[in-house]
Amino acid sequence: MAVTPKIELSSVTKSFDANHVLKGINLTVAPQESLVIIGTSGCGKSVLMKCLNGLITPDQGSIKIDGQEILGQGRAALEDLRRRFGMTFQFGALFDSLSIWENVTFRLRHQQALDKSDARDIAAQTITQLGLAASVIDQYPAELSGGMQKRVALARAIVDKPEILLFDEPTSGLDPITGGVIDRLIIDARERLGATTVTISHDMASVRRIADKVAMVHNGVIIWAGPAEAMNDSGVPEVHQFVHGLAEGPLTNEKPAASPAKMATS
Amino acid sequence: MHGFVQNIGRTALNFLAAFGRITLFSVTAVRWIFTPPYYWQQLLRQIIDIGYFSLPVVGLTTLFSGMVLALQSYTGFARFSAEDTVATVVVLSVTRELGPVLAGLMVAGRIGASMAAEIGTMRVTDQIDALDTLSTRPIQYLVAPRLLAGTICLPFLVLVGDVIGVFGGYLVGVYRLGFNPSIYLARTLEYLEVSDVTLGLVKAAVFGFLIALMGCYHGYHSGRGAQGVGRATTNAVVSASILILIANYIVTTMFFEG
Ligand SMILES: Nc1ncnc2c1ncn2[C@@H]1O[C@H](COP(=O)(O)OP(=O)(O)OP(=O)(O)O)[C@@H](O)[C@H]1O
Ligand SMILES: [Mg+2]
Repeated sequence: MAVTPKIELSSVTKSFDANHVLKGINLTVAPQESLVIIGTSGCGKSVLMKCLNGLITPDQGSIKIDGQEILGQGRAALEDLRRRFGMTFQFGALFDSLSIWENVTFRLRHQQALDKSDARDIAAQTITQLGLAASVIDQYPAELSGGMQKRVALARAIVDKPEILLFDEPTSGLDPITGGVIDRLIIDARERLGATTVTISHDMASVRRIADKVAMVHNGVIIWAGPAEAMNDSGVPEVHQFVHGLAEGPLTNEKPAASPAKMATS
Repeated sequence: MHGFVQNIGRTALNFLAAFGRITLFSVTAVRWIFTPPYYWQQLLRQIIDIGYFSLPVVGLTTLFSGMVLALQSYTGFARFSAEDTVATVVVLSVTRELGPVLAGLMVAGRIGASMAAEIGTMRVTDQIDALDTLSTRPIQYLVAPRLLAGTICLPFLVLVGDVIGVFGGYLVGVYRLGFNPSIYLARTLEYLEVSDVTLGLVKAAVFGFLIALMGCYHGYHSGRGAQGVGRATTNAVVSASILILIANYIVTTMFFEG
């Protein structure tokens, strides 16, 4: 491919004390591509995602956005970079002390002088797109169900149309219909806004809908990456087991070896 | 023996490292206080929380301390017929010492704990990371307003506490010990100097800064899960209380003319 990848990781490693989570991640995402990262629980998907916008600094390796190295660039460069990203967290991470509209328009209000009624309009418009009632904007996060919080978090990430969107398990904990709405939105973000998206998901039906490319993390490395259509016949036993949700296979056998490391960190 | 020395060495090193981290953290936060954007709403919220909602606690503490102080100093000074000095002893002890220290310790429990718990919860639920992704510096948004509010509000609280404490002494002096009200008041003001009040207020400002710093620092570096937040809260209160007592001695020494 001649075009510069939107995101390019090489040999990215990250350890927390003795827990070697990422052991050399190599991965590229093309502009306006939708990448989905899969992998068993605790394999480091969330950590990998947080490396992309500098929330976690890798121990080693290189991360390039539009061909520009982002590691070791200093605070100001990192702040500029983050403006181009939108992100949702696995557990929502809404600001408890702020109402829904204040949450959704947080960056807009702080970056540009936006008056209150405009901000509320924008918030209402964005959350209705996600199937929530506009009246929700005056409530507080604690008053909403988990699934509603997830959608508000999504609204907060997409409201100012960033070029790169990171979604950490956007559909987990949602009913299938709402899950479908979210999938549609991720597809839209790419098709209409031209965003590049990286999504972590365990939901194989959703993966099939939204992914152009799929990458599987296992034991700290990408054991397989390829077009979504090729996922079924990857030839990698771990991928096969994961994609088909089989109880028996290479992933199951490694459980005892993996758990002591997890216990040590908690 | 070898292990013992090693332990002392390690503790000293850990202490130095923590001291360095906290200093760096506070320098960063103080710098962001004076750099735009300014988060007025955050500041206002903290001022109300610290300055206004701590009034009852501080008022009650200083009231009863002033009252007990009048009784105790009466007992002591009556032994060499110096009962007249009760009013002076009360006002000097309250403004120079008890007002700031008691208010500081009470606020450390109230505010230090709530700051650590709130910021710690934000840390473990990824809200601090979310601030970063929304192009807002977490230290500037969360820590700077709290430090500023703590430093501003404590002197105000202590000033109110001083008045209430002296009033407590007056109540006991007049209604229990039978002093003449106007003489008691005159004695209260006679030997009080501006520097006594200033000393108390300087202490208060320092304590306010330390309380907010400990609350924010421990919350910001909270470990994972509910357990992490719990530990952060305890550490914030304990370290703020100890630092208040140490700083109290240091500031007193700096103002001591003897
Ligand atoms: N801030 C941190 N400090 C220490 N260890 C961490 C931290 N964040 C993650 N870890 C460890 O890194 C490993 C991977 O965690 P991560 O959250 O990335 O898993 P995941 O693949 O997202 O799992 P899940 O599918 O359950 O969300 C875990 O062992 C976790 O304990
Ligand atoms: Mg995760």
